[in-house]
Amino acid sequence: MGEFKDIAHLIRLAGVFLLGLIFFLVFRSVTIPKSFGRYGPFRGAALVELSSRPLSFAGHAACENCHPDVAALKANGVHKSLNCESCHGPLAKHADDPGNVKPVLPDVAQLCIRCHSENIAKPAGFPQVNAKEHSGGQACNTCHQPHSPGFDAGGKK
Amino acid sequence: MILNRRQILLLLPAAAVAWDSVLADNPEGSPNYKMSEHWWGMLIDITKCIGCGSCVRACEMENDVPEGYFRTWVERYHVSDWHIENPEVDSPNGGMDGFPPGKAEGGKNFFVPKMCNHCVDSPCSQVCPVGATFHTPDGVVLVDYDYCLGCRYCIQACPYGCRFFHPKKHTADKCTLCYHRITKGLTTACCEACPTGARQLADLKNPNDPIHAFLKTHSVQVLKPHLATGSKLFYNSLDGSVR
Amino acid sequence: MEGFMYPNEVELQWGILIVLYPFLTGLVAGAFILASLERVFRVEEVKPTYRLSLLTALAFLIVAPLPLQLHLGHPERSLEMYLTPHRSSAMAMFGFVYLWYLMAVLVVEIWLDYRRDIVRLAESSRGVKGLLYRALTLGSYNISPAALRIDDRVGWIITLIGIPSAFLLHGYVGFIFGSVKANPWWSTPLMPVVFLFSAMVSGIALVLLMYMVTSAMRRVAVDMRCLDTIAKYLFYTFVIDFALEMLDLIHRIYESDESFRSLDFMVHTRLFYSQILIQIFLGTLAPLALLSLTQMITFPAAARRRIYAIASVLTLVGIFAMRWNVVIGGQLFSKSFLGYTTYKVGFVTREGLLPAVALMILPFAILYVLIKILPPWQEESPFVAEAHGDD
Repeated sequence: MGEFKDIAHLIRLAGVFLLGLIFFLVFRSVTIPKSFGRYGPFRGAALVELSSRPLSFAGHAACENCHPDVAALKANGVHKSLNCESCHGPLAKHADDPGNVKPVLPDVAQLCIRCHSENIAKPAGFPQVNAKEHSGGQACNTCHQPHSPGFDAGGKK
Repeated sequence: MILNRRQILLLLPAAAVAWDSVLADNPEGSPNYKMSEHWWGMLIDITKCIGCGSCVRACEMENDVPEGYFRTWVERYHVSDWHIENPEVDSPNGGMDGFPPGKAEGGKNFFVPKMCNHCVDSPCSQVCPVGATFHTPDGVVLVDYDYCLGCRYCIQACPYGCRFFHPKKHTADKCTLCYHRITKGLTTACCEACPTGARQLADLKNPNDPIHAFLKTHSVQVLKPHLATGSKLFYNSLDGSVR
Repeated sequence: MEGFMYPNEVELQWGILIVLYPFLTGLVAGAFILASLERVFRVEEVKPTYRLSLLTALAFLIVAPLPLQLHLGHPERSLEMYLTPHRSSAMAMFGFVYLWYLMAVLVVEIWLDYRRDIVRLAESSRGVKGLLYRALTLGSYNISPAALRIDDRVGWIITLIGIPSAFLLHGYVGFIFGSVKANPWWSTPLMPVVFLFSAMVSGIALVLLMYMVTSAMRRVAVDMRCLDTIAKYLFYTFVIDFALEMLDLIHRIYESDESFRSLDFMVHTRLFYSQILIQIFLGTLAPLALLSLTQMITFPAAARRRIYAIASVLTLVGIFAMRWNVVIGGQLFSKSFLGYTTYKVGFVTREGLLPAVALMILPFAILYVLIKILPPWQEESPFVAEAHGDD
């Protein structure tokens, strides 16, 4: 034991560090989330949490299921690439419970000009108008049928 | 189908792995979704964007994005002939309420929708000290809101300005590529709401996805390619002046 | 805001607390490197500041993570850095560099150097103080010449490991910024080197100042030989630091890459006061001129003391401005290079000026306590003559 006498304090110091390390490792094994590292260096359970967030937009398939007539009308017109909720807003609640949750019709005065008001940066071929000059304040759906509008404003299309 | 013993032995580890993933990898409410079968990205067609801001509004409604912050936004570029390297850009309220008519003189004008690039070599997940932001096996960069420290290193590391500090959650936040929708077979809120098809969700592992035909026939670019982030936001007809 | 910024960029993410943090760690690294001069390179002149440097380094190192804690959105989750460190993250690895430097280098070196004093004090003190010293002995009262010789040897090895560790500590802080490829103001391989040298400059200036202030408070004459030597080292490291910073600047101007126009505009407008006036002229050129004067002309001792004091204060201001310009400057311009935002410091907010000032004062309070517990003054220690008789 004699040769260790003069480094006894260093051994004690090493012991303190070792205790600290052991405490850290035990603490780590207890507190680390169970799913950590399942798919990579992150908490696997986060994927479940993030994917189970509720929907706001039902998706056009859900709409077309119950409203095939509107879908058919739209499918033949220039608005065929538009999904229902693009204009009608998010309706997942209505799709889940059509009896009790009724959608509100969009305000045409606001709706159409979002896309069709003139803007220098819009693609040249895109139909765009100066709403005041074009209709003199009349609602768009006086002439245009929103589900299948025509290009010319001659009559209700 | 009759398997011999050798085949069964070979299949056992695979079955064990599969079972493990069945146990673990079924995000709630989407039991038929397998991460290994998808690789998500998005196609953005500049020639179709009309700057209506539907995507920005849809994103806000779907994901409760706090006011003044954006998971997606639309920029308008005005590039004059003599200053292609110094365009004039505006994005009032992220383009959420559309754009004022804009100036007609000289040069060209176009809209550029922006959002998280879901980079394969994402600088943001590289720097996250705790693994609170990560790249999923199906190619989406996500934030774990229950694990994020709020150090904001990821926000500094994103070259595209797609991340923000959520004022209520006190964590980093960004586009999830509507992970809760795409794992249920739906498209993202922004794509659902886009009236012109300027945005299209793309699954590169799905051989029937129209993205494959599109990429074959168009000149497609990503943002800031010199930073080599492995962006999966493919822009059709992207002008060189766009940053 | 001016021009165009990506909409999420308008708000700055890293404020004055993150400016403070590299400033504090820089002082730690610099003070330690000065202390190691005596131990490893046997620069006998700086011996009077050896223990003071170590205690200063410890006091500042204890405070260094506090601004980070205060800045986090979820400080209660900060242990995750140690529990699940992300291997590719510079910041995660920094946690371990910090811990290594604090525990394996600084605490052990101080403990070994003070062990004789601790044991004597444990034997002579009573009450809470006695209890503290007895705990610090770890139950070993062996201060035989053989044991102390071993301590000296081990301490030397720890210092030797400590120098690269101190380099690592602050070089690493530079790397945290220098490795962000998204940000051209930060992204340069020179960043860790510039941070390191500026750290040495600030640490040496701080110890120089602390030595003069503590001597004045104790009404003890300053050892001019020590002061002159430290000032000489301050001058040399400052010349290297300035050369590196100018290299970075000239390189940027000559290369003029895509970000240059934007950064150039920023330096001439938003950063004009803090970068050009305060950092370069007031905080670098002025102290360099003062220090070079003392190298060329022999002033009387009182004048030298005054010049050193002024130069040190200006240096600390300059290095703080440098941290400010790096951290804040890197967030004032848009990553689209088309616009600029502004930074407004809050006052009593969580990340405001008041907590920053408090955190700047705190290390001095800790240093005061440390000096009370472990007096660094060799001439006041009744054991000193004996201790150094063994060398």
